[in-house]
Amino acid sequence: MAEPLIIVGKGMAATRLVDELSQRALGRYSIAVIGAEGRLAYNRVLLSPLLAGEIEEAEIELKPAAWWQGRGVSTFYGRCVREIDRAGKTVTLEGGLTLPYGKLVLATGSTPLKPPFPGGDLPGVATFRDTADVGMMRAYAERGARIVVIGGGLLGLEAAYGLSRAGGKVTLLHLVDRLMERQLDAEGAALLASAIRARGIQVRLNAATKGFVGTDKVEGVELADGAIIPADLVVIAIGVRPNVDLARAAGIAVNRGIIVDDGMVSDDDSIFAIGECAEHRGSVYGLVEPAYEQARVLATRLSDKPAAYEGSLLATNLKVSGVGVFSAGEFEAGEGAETVVLRDRVSGIYRKFVLREGRLAGCVLVGDTQGALFYLGLIRSGQDISAIRADLPFGEPYCIGRAA
Amino acid sequence: MRGDASLPGPGMPDGAIRTTCPYCGVGCGVLATPDGRGGAAIAGDPAHSANLGRLCSKGSALGETLGLGSRVLHPLRRNATGGYDRVSWDFALDALADGLRTIIAKDGPEAVAFYLSGQLLTEDYYVANKLMKGFIGSPHVDTNSRLCMSSTVAGHKRVLGSDTVPGNYEDLDCADLIVLVGSNTAWCHPVLFRRMQQNRTQRGARIVVIDPRVTATAEDADMVLAIKPGSDSVLFAGLLLHLAANGLTDATYLAHHVSGYETALENARQIAPTIASVSERTGLQPVEIAAFYDLWGATPAVITAWSQGVNQSAQGTDKVAAILHCHLATGRIGRPGGGPFSLTGQPNAMGGREVGGLANMLAAHMGYSPVEIDRVGRFWHAPKMAQAEGLKAVAMMEAVAQRTIKALWVMATNPAVSLPHADQVRAALSGLDFFVVSENVLSNDTLSAKPHLILPAAAWGEKDGTVTNSERRISRQRAFLPLPGEVKPDWWIICEVARRLGFGAAFTYAGPDEIYAEHAALSAFENDGTRDFDIGAHESLSKRAYDALKPVQWPVPAGQPLGTARLFAQGGFFTADGRARMVPLAVPALAAATSEALPLLLNTGRIRDHWHTMTRTGLSPRLSAHASEPCVHVHPADATRFGLAEGGFARIANPFGAVVLKVALDPGLQVGSIFAPIHWSAETASHARIGAAVQPACDPFSGQPEMKATPSSVAPVAFASQGFVLSRGGFALPDGSWWAKLAVEGGEGRLFATDATPMELMESIRAAFGEDGLTEMIDLEGGVYRCAVLRDGRLEAALFVAPFGYAPLWDTVKRAFADTAALPENRLALLAGRSLDGSADPGPTVCACFGVGLNAIRAAFAGGAATPEEIGAQLKAGTNCGSCLPEIRRIGAQPPATVAA
Repeated sequence: MAEPLIIVGKGMAATRLVDELSQRALGRYSIAVIGAEGRLAYNRVLLSPLLAGEIEEAEIELKPAAWWQGRGVSTFYGRCVREIDRAGKTVTLEGGLTLPYGKLVLATGSTPLKPPFPGGDLPGVATFRDTADVGMMRAYAERGARIVVIGGGLLGLEAAYGLSRAGGKVTLLHLVDRLMERQLDAEGAALLASAIRARGIQVRLNAATKGFVGTDKVEGVELADGAIIPADLVVIAIGVRPNVDLARAAGIAVNRGIIVDDGMVSDDDSIFAIGECAEHRGSVYGLVEPAYEQARVLATRLSDKPAAYEGSLLATNLKVSGVGVFSAGEFEAGEGAETVVLRDRVSGIYRKFVLREGRLAGCVLVGDTQGALFYLGLIRSGQDISAIRADLPFGEPYCIGRAA
Repeated sequence: MRGDASLPGPGMPDGAIRTTCPYCGVGCGVLATPDGRGGAAIAGDPAHSANLGRLCSKGSALGETLGLGSRVLHPLRRNATGGYDRVSWDFALDALADGLRTIIAKDGPEAVAFYLSGQLLTEDYYVANKLMKGFIGSPHVDTNSRLCMSSTVAGHKRVLGSDTVPGNYEDLDCADLIVLVGSNTAWCHPVLFRRMQQNRTQRGARIVVIDPRVTATAEDADMVLAIKPGSDSVLFAGLLLHLAANGLTDATYLAHHVSGYETALENARQIAPTIASVSERTGLQPVEIAAFYDLWGATPAVITAWSQGVNQSAQGTDKVAAILHCHLATGRIGRPGGGPFSLTGQPNAMGGREVGGLANMLAAHMGYSPVEIDRVGRFWHAPKMAQAEGLKAVAMMEAVAQRTIKALWVMATNPAVSLPHADQVRAALSGLDFFVVSENVLSNDTLSAKPHLILPAAAWGEKDGTVTNSERRISRQRAFLPLPGEVKPDWWIICEVARRLGFGAAFTYAGPDEIYAEHAALSAFENDGTRDFDIGAHESLSKRAYDALKPVQWPVPAGQPLGTARLFAQGGFFTADGRARMVPLAVPALAAATSEALPLLLNTGRIRDHWHTMTRTGLSPRLSAHASEPCVHVHPADATRFGLAEGGFARIANPFGAVVLKVALDPGLQVGSIFAPIHWSAETASHARIGAAVQPACDPFSGQPEMKATPSSVAPVAFASQGFVLSRGGFALPDGSWWAKLAVEGGEGRLFATDATPMELMESIRAAFGEDGLTEMIDLEGGVYRCAVLRDGRLEAALFVAPFGYAPLWDTVKRAFADTAALPENRLALLAGRSLDGSADPGPTVCACFGVGLNAIRAAFAGGAATPEEIGAQLKAGTNCGSCLPEIRRIGAQPPATVAA
């Protein structure tokens, strides 16, 4: 008899886990997927192009309903889990349904941060997380509304770009002096800023939000320097918080995320966590690739085969049409590091490689992300790249045959 | 001048004009068809007997060298700040005449000298010689032919009694044995070499190459004798003995036409008594020597031809004599396929000899005997005849340095590069009281010595006159382009100066035809067969006939308009007794021996695709591509001994000067000898003025310097970095950098090595070209900097530098520089410096996760993939985050016509 496996969350990590499991251990588990959003799982990465109107909503769907059915997965959509009873090995949904589990996977994702600025509750102050947000934001943008996006990180940039493409008059505010400061050096960030500005988006750096103004709806953003930027819509995209309330309530060990080991097991050996809600070796990842890797490891383990997740080297891809940005590893050359730079201001291309003891320690690619995965591979492998140093910036095809 | 210039003939393109090539002494006929835009299509003239339609690489590329970009187009006067102001011709000519007059008045006529050139036409040469030797009254007229074949002139005169080449090029077609002595004919006289090869292929003629250096010429030879430098006369003295000992001499010829035979034999016994002694002195194996002697002795139709290996020697005159002796002893002279043959280096070296352009000649093959001085004086109605031989080139420059010559007029040559001890020459020139240069170009090493006047002279294609090639053939060199700017022919400039000096009546020529007719008349004046050079048939040539003049070999005495194919088969030497005179030779020795401090002999010479100091060939990207940098060729054993590596750099030094050249290993060199090209100047390279490291030791008879055996030291040189720079208009590298400049399609290229840091180069190129359109790769810690300046879809400049020993390749970048179509779609790929043959440009990234480019996806669709899933299965594209799937779908939906191949 199949062991009941419950997956809480139906995002990208959950979908990938089902996919991997169905390839490895079809029939071994009776799988139920519980998701708060009332629709089929979709590719959250595509929300930005969806917002920009570059693709249709149907295109973001990860798998069709038939796919889930074909794998015998029970789906509970639009339903939240209220609690976990670890002793009884059950989960109870909002509305009362209680399901037993043999193994429980938490793939609960994360929630956008919304700091307590004055006026934060005014209508028109939003975050960007799901398709519902997209629908609301597009409605503003399409009528040419003035939109302020707070946060010059990956998500804020994608939101700003999508809103601008959809017709909004967008201003992007960022707290510090450069965009994506956790992934980019000053030059890369400056190039990115000019590319963003070239797409009709106003970018204000060193802009600290003090609060929101407006009476019955938001009318503007007040900055610490007293300036007020008029806005019909404010989108806050300053980061996410792992969704760990359910786990914490169940007494599972939680730090920023649900603490898991290399087998994605929490401190309860029947309960696992993957994706943005999991904390592995002190890291919580907000990107899809580690989530997929974790899903693969977990599926392997659930198939009783050995596998271990050893952490992901953070690599960031910004997906804004025509503005490729990739960053991985060290992006500032610290003590003992050397840099190789390739730069073309006319094409808006900047590629920087940080080298350490003949090995690639990190890279920043702006404008042209060709070869990103090749570089990521080199960073991860830590192999000596001295022989291909002069060819490195031009991508893998130029390096092949040189390294030997 | 243009109207009558061309003779229509069968097979001639419409509008083509018959002229001759401006390069070597072969004197090939050229058909030039002007394109009406300042250029011309160039083809060999099938009707010219020198080349029968063939041209070498240099001649074929003449059309690439006609641009005006580097030309001087107006008279220029040096101003107080050392710059130059444009002045009118009247001003310049007045200033020139005043300058000469002042010095003559103060220091006498002998303080004035002309230094002329084998690039001048006979008519230019004639009036220069006449003005100086008959009117100014100074004998100091010499020419760059002094560096080229003056040992042959001296040898001919000593032995034959006159400077006469006995045979002609047809002899190369019908000889059974061709012996090339000190001649890289394959590179330096390619059209003649092809005739020799054709003879070898079709008739089985054998070719023997005698040269210390195994060159391209030796690659297709039957016998290669890699002789010790300077030992040629031993080999031929031994041959003379061999001929005598084996009854191979022509006793009748010797009895009737030669004197001094016994003396010569006795002398030969002194210097080459046995094969063993020849072997010891020449370094050749006795068996090789014997085989060569047997072959030469047994082959009546033998040509012994020579070039600079014989001439540019402290014993060049003796070497020529030693060769002539063997031909005289066997009567193998002036016969079809048999005779001694000097292959001249320059297009009109022989024409210069004819007018008397050499300091030891007076005019028209007459010397400085009182009778000859009187005769020429009467013919010219000259008020002030020079009375004795003048100073030969090297001595002339010594006199300039000593300030006994105070005024010098240089025409059509670049002595600050080409003369031995060239750095001293350049310094001496800048110390002249009055220094004038007639030139084609705005800038060269001689001009950098700051002449007081620079006169814009007509160049090849613009000037009109005659030249004489190595086989005594006088050909018309015709204009096919208009004179640009205020450029004037040399003869006109000289005559205008003569007029201003008060000699107008003797210099009233309407054109070069009238000068040529006077030259012809002088050759025939009181000649009556006593002088070899007689072109009396041309003394009343009309302008029309002059313009239509067909190539003809002198002598062309009155009544014999078809000229003379060969001389001396029946004796008839131009000596008092009609006999040739064999002369004793000095014991062979180099001017200077090697030593512990100067262990190597520096040999200098030409390379295949350049001519002299590259003022013309350097404009052609095609010609510049063969040897793009000045290299010193070194035997691998010497390279090991002195720590040199292929592609590295070497400093060659001796008491005269030093150069730094790229190292090329060449097993064709002898151990102990190195070879360097003569072509690079301060215009084209930073440290490759080879003349600076050539000793000024000269042959006692000819005054020709020994330019092929200067004892020198060699040591490796290292720089921090190496690279190249391409630009449309030039880029100055940091001081102290080594560089070589060359023409590339669309601009100039420089290959360099430097101790400047990549950072300094980066800053200087940014300053030079600005940051607009700048693309850069910067790896300062790795010693790498690369940049390209791209504007309006065109590559304006590029600089690549890498650590020393890792010189970046430039072919791909050069292609893109020449042709915007060769620019990669991805501008940055240009900085990779190479194209990925067989591994196509991936195109813009589509799948960032797996780094899959547009082109790969297009190719996969074209290869049969139907869906994004199949693309994912093949390329992984779209299988991670999936954000590119919509784009992949769109790519798949595009019509196949847009799919890249």
